[in-house]
Amino acid sequence: MIEAVGLTKRYGAKTAVYNLSFQVRPGTVTGFLGPNGSGKSTTMRMILGLDAPSQGQVTIGGYPYRKLPNAPRQVGALLDAKAVHGGRHARNHLLCLAQLSGIPARRVDEVLGVVGLQDVARKRSKGFSLGMGQRLGIAAALLGDPQVLLFDEPVNGLDPEGILWVRNLMKSLAAEGRTVFVSSHLMSEMALTAEHLIVIGRGQLLADMSVTDFISANSADFARVRTPETEPQQREKLTAALTEAGGQVLPEQDGALRVMGLPLPRISDLAHGADVRLWELSPHQASLEEAYMRMTQGAVDYRSTVDQRAGLQQQLPPGAVPQPQPPVPGQGQPNWYAPPSPQQGGQPFAMPQGAPAAPPAPADANPYAAAPQAPAAAPSPAEHATDNTGTTDNKDAPR
Amino acid sequence: MAAAQVLKSEWTKIRSVSSTVWTLGLALVVTIALGLLISILSKNDYDSLSREDKITFDPTYISFAGMSLGQLAMIVFGVLVVSNEYSTGMIRTSLAAVPQRATFLFGKIAVATVLAFLVGLATSFLTFFIGQAMLGEYKAQIGDPGVLRAVIGGALYMTLIAMFSMGVAAMLRSPMLSLGILMPFFFLISSILGNVEATKKIGRFLPDQAGSKIMQVKSPFDDDTPYGPWGGLAIMVAWTAAALIGGYVLLKKRDA
Repeated sequence: MIEAVGLTKRYGAKTAVYNLSFQVRPGTVTGFLGPNGSGKSTTMRMILGLDAPSQGQVTIGGYPYRKLPNAPRQVGALLDAKAVHGGRHARNHLLCLAQLSGIPARRVDEVLGVVGLQDVARKRSKGFSLGMGQRLGIAAALLGDPQVLLFDEPVNGLDPEGILWVRNLMKSLAAEGRTVFVSSHLMSEMALTAEHLIVIGRGQLLADMSVTDFISANSADFARVRTPETEPQQREKLTAALTEAGGQVLPEQDGALRVMGLPLPRISDLAHGADVRLWELSPHQASLEEAYMRMTQGAVDYRSTVDQRAGLQQQLPPGAVPQPQPPVPGQGQPNWYAPPSPQQGGQPFAMPQGAPAAPPAPADANPYAAAPQAPAAAPSPAEHATDNTGTTDNKDAPR
Repeated sequence: MAAAQVLKSEWTKIRSVSSTVWTLGLALVVTIALGLLISILSKNDYDSLSREDKITFDPTYISFAGMSLGQLAMIVFGVLVVSNEYSTGMIRTSLAAVPQRATFLFGKIAVATVLAFLVGLATSFLTFFIGQAMLGEYKAQIGDPGVLRAVIGGALYMTLIAMFSMGVAAMLRSPMLSLGILMPFFFLISSILGNVEATKKIGRFLPDQAGSKIMQVKSPFDDDTPYGPWGGLAIMVAWTAAALIGGYVLLKKRDA
């Protein structure tokens, strides 16, 4: 059990972690998510007693790490797979760590076997691929057969077979009653591995809940609507009708429409009323990735902009109409993952067969995602629709 | 218990990287080779020396002339032993395994010091005997007064140079920064300060100049140094202790 209470870390004027309180319980895999620079690694280092918190404390089994009796036999960690001396053999690397913790040398050969590095045990680790380095780091974490395990980005650089292996390893370690705390950027991987999530952004706690709760609390399901591709004016017509009825419509890259704020039957009725045929009308439930993006979009430190390629593009022949590219999700489109329009109360469309409604997010659970919900921050649906139709017009014109 | 584990682990670390063999081997070979060369030259030049210089002719110290270059390899050894932990990031893994930072740092320094002393001892005796063999009729005997002290002192000097470098590296953490400060300091700045008349009085309290006094059997003719061989070594020990304490205080205080 890892417990943080009011954990704060400042580096000069910059606050890396602010007032973080959470518990990591034994018996489950707990995922630790957050954008780059959100304070994940700093938190991990504070758990291990490497960095001293400015305020608050973090304990493992009731003790701060530096006071934990026989710490390396209780806690194993993978912080950085590249943190090895490249000139040292893999086996010697593990051997010196084992000796440091009073672990017998035969355990080194055991863990080398567990991570599948027994054949390169006497190779210098500077020749290792990133995936082999990760395996070596995981071997180091397993050395003391600890009850608490911390992994910082363990699947970085692993091949699909390795990812599957890590996933099963985490699950089996948790099933043995251990505490497993894993940070990762790979949402699809987290959705499969973790049962519980701790999400931070800009050093503050954004969410501490189970994966299923997280998705339902932070996702806005939407409907994907496709009109006949041969008749672009039908799409304009439908967009106008849906917008008028209070829906929010965003174009997708392949020409489909993403409709939020209207139930499926209502979309069908509106299309029928506008005399528009539909090729597709499908419900879409958000993935962990979308739920995560929605929650953390306000807390991202490093954001990409649309590549303008000023002065780099070829001169178009006179008279040619430039062909605008459909926007890439998340680039220059701040509201792509925005929460549903406020009047729907966070419920974009009701599932037709009366599926249980997703529990609304607690008001205080999501300070960042709340910001774009303010009417001033979110462009009105009408603005959006005009933008979008403008884009699609241009795109279709040369055809 | 924890200390024994750290010593064992540090021994594994130090013997499993090739830089240990390279730096210590270089210290030994360079010191002996340069000492041999200068011993030959001194023997050939003996007749052209002034009467005063003939009286203070110090065959022991001459055979240790290679130390000025050999000590640089010792500096590299001391710096790499400590800063390798930082440049590779191993320090986090190490400190997570040994949360008692004093045990960790001084265990590491102890292992490296013993190794440096053994290599220093071998270097010192070899360079003395080889140098004396080259000096022929002007040579000193190991049983002469002060000679054994100078030879063992040579080993202590090399050890203390390595320890001082470990302390500096523990403070600075970066190998490039540590070497960039230590190498020019010991190779150039210290000898410039010691040879310019105005700064001579300050220069001789620097660790290498004070420490090298232990290797002299006869003082130069106009020598007015206010300390003897052991006094000089004590000054060097003080410098080394200051560097090590500084390194420990910073390690204790800093985030890893």
